[in-house]
Amino acid sequence: MSGAANREAVFPTRMTLTLMKGKLKGATVGHSLLKRKSEALTGRFREITRRIDEAKRKMGRVMQVAAFSLAEVTYATGDSIGYQVQESAKSARFRVRAKQENVSGVMLPAFEAYYNEENNDFKLTGLGRGGQQVQKAKEVYSKAVETLIELASLQTAFVILDEVIKVTNRRVNAIEHVIIPRTENTIKYINNELDELEREEFYRLKKVQDKKQRDAAALDAEMAATKAAQAALEAEEGLTASALSAPEDLTADHDEDIIF
Amino acid sequence: MEGVFFNNDNGYIEGIVRGYRSALLTGANYANLTQCDTLEDLKLQLSATDYGNFLANVPGSLSTSIIAEKANEKLIEEFRYIQKQAVQPLSKFMDFITYAYMIDNVALLITGTLHERDTHELLERCNPLGWFESLPALCVATNVEELYNTVLIDTPLAPYFKDCLSAADLDDLNIEIIRNTLYRAYLEDFYAFCKNLPNPSNEIMAALLDFEGDRRVINISLNSFGTEITREERLQLAPKFGKLYPQGTEALASADDIEQVRMTVEAVGDYKGFFDTSNNKSLEDHFYLREMELCRNAFTQQFTYSAIWAWIKAKEQEIRNITWIAECIAQNQKERIQNYISVF
Repeated sequence: MSGAANREAVFPTRMTLTLMKGKLKGATVGHSLLKRKSEALTGRFREITRRIDEAKRKMGRVMQVAAFSLAEVTYATGDSIGYQVQESAKSARFRVRAKQENVSGVMLPAFEAYYNEENNDFKLTGLGRGGQQVQKAKEVYSKAVETLIELASLQTAFVILDEVIKVTNRRVNAIEHVIIPRTENTIKYINNELDELEREEFYRLKKVQDKKQRDAAALDAEMAATKAAQAALEAEEGLTASALSAPEDLTADHDEDIIF
Repeated sequence: MEGVFFNNDNGYIEGIVRGYRSALLTGANYANLTQCDTLEDLKLQLSATDYGNFLANVPGSLSTSIIAEKANEKLIEEFRYIQKQAVQPLSKFMDFITYAYMIDNVALLITGTLHERDTHELLERCNPLGWFESLPALCVATNVEELYNTVLIDTPLAPYFKDCLSAADLDDLNIEIIRNTLYRAYLEDFYAFCKNLPNPSNEIMAALLDFEGDRRVINISLNSFGTEITREERLQLAPKFGKLYPQGTEALASADDIEQVRMTVEAVGDYKGFFDTSNNKSLEDHFYLREMELCRNAFTQQFTYSAIWAWIKAKEQEIRNITWIAECIAQNQKERIQNYISVF
């Protein structure tokens, strides 16, 4: 960040200075806002990570129970039960709804499971044998799928949040380490240049004044000299005139050399 | 005198079956199996029994489904051997045994046809015990009407279809109801057939089928809570014999909750303990246990066809037990590994 190089290419004028100052202010505000956003997101991110951990553990347990209940079904009904269930299921009873959740301006998809209650296609499966086990397995597996859905929405949120946090942090860092120093540098540069201009101007004015004074002084001196010479001349003439004839009125005759 | 003639035709088969029966896993075998930590151990333990090296040619790692499949193959092989030796009326008896599996297969194919699946794929899923010659022909039928008129008529199950279902029924009835209606007709037919067998086959088979029928009635009643099956339909699905018939069947058909079922079932002395869940046993476990006890008792009499039925049921239960134990081992759920049924 060495001085001259790291600044924007602008003409150092007062208008640009105002512009730059506005920009600096904007950058500072943006920086604090983004910083807060990033913190909020990180908080959320941590929470999600914790919940993913929980959900994964839960999934392990639930899937184990589910797999075992399937074993019970096979024990009670025989092998072809899977096929019967597949064939008698017509439409999904267990459905997933996606909605969006807003976390500091980030849209996170959240999946929500719900049951289609009137749909119970294979409740007659295993009527003669093992029907209860089939229903039990169904319930246990529904729970397992619920856990999977929870995990899925958490994982999606995790990925999206991770991306967003990265982008936000990049922006925060960019503002903090690039834009703000550069704008400050530009402002400093403009100030320097403006000061320089002002000094030059001041010096120039001083010079002009100096010269004016000098000119005035010279003029004064000249005038004084002329006056003195005049006076001397008049005095000399007066002496001769009074000696010859005393004039009645001095102002009557017009003397070119007398100013007043 | 009966025994003399019995051995004339069936002595060899009975000998074979009793041999198979002694090969069934005993309590000690099961105790060993439950000690296994991996499926490989299980395989090792099983190889010391009559199963021998039935898993020898399995490539890759073992899974419970492979074990169950191989064990089933062994059962089918043995069954086929007996079937080939059998003469009337035993061969008819053996056919009856296979009808139960045929019903399952036909129900499977009808489901597939209704959903327009590739039925050839379905054939692989059919139970080989329920295989009959015209079974692949079921795949040809494209709609239910055709299925009924051209194909089902030629199957051994045709009388059951004829008696209780019409083509119109096939279309809109739930396949489970069809299956259970067929099964009811089949059980009644089998029951009537067994009645005419020489003593003591008829007595033992009656006891076994009574229980089978009762079990179905109870299960159907329990499983139809909260469904749209009406009382009449339930009654329709209940076989007209068994210890519960007729009052119990009647009461079960109109039962709405488990308490009513329990009251009805416990009125029969033999079934008193079925709803006792204190020792971690479900109703299903009680059923299996009772069935196995009946099967064990069936072996106590000689000169009877019922030994074959009892052996098949015991063998099936054994395969379920092995699958269960294998599943418990594979899923590391040792606390419930003792849930198998062993009576021998």
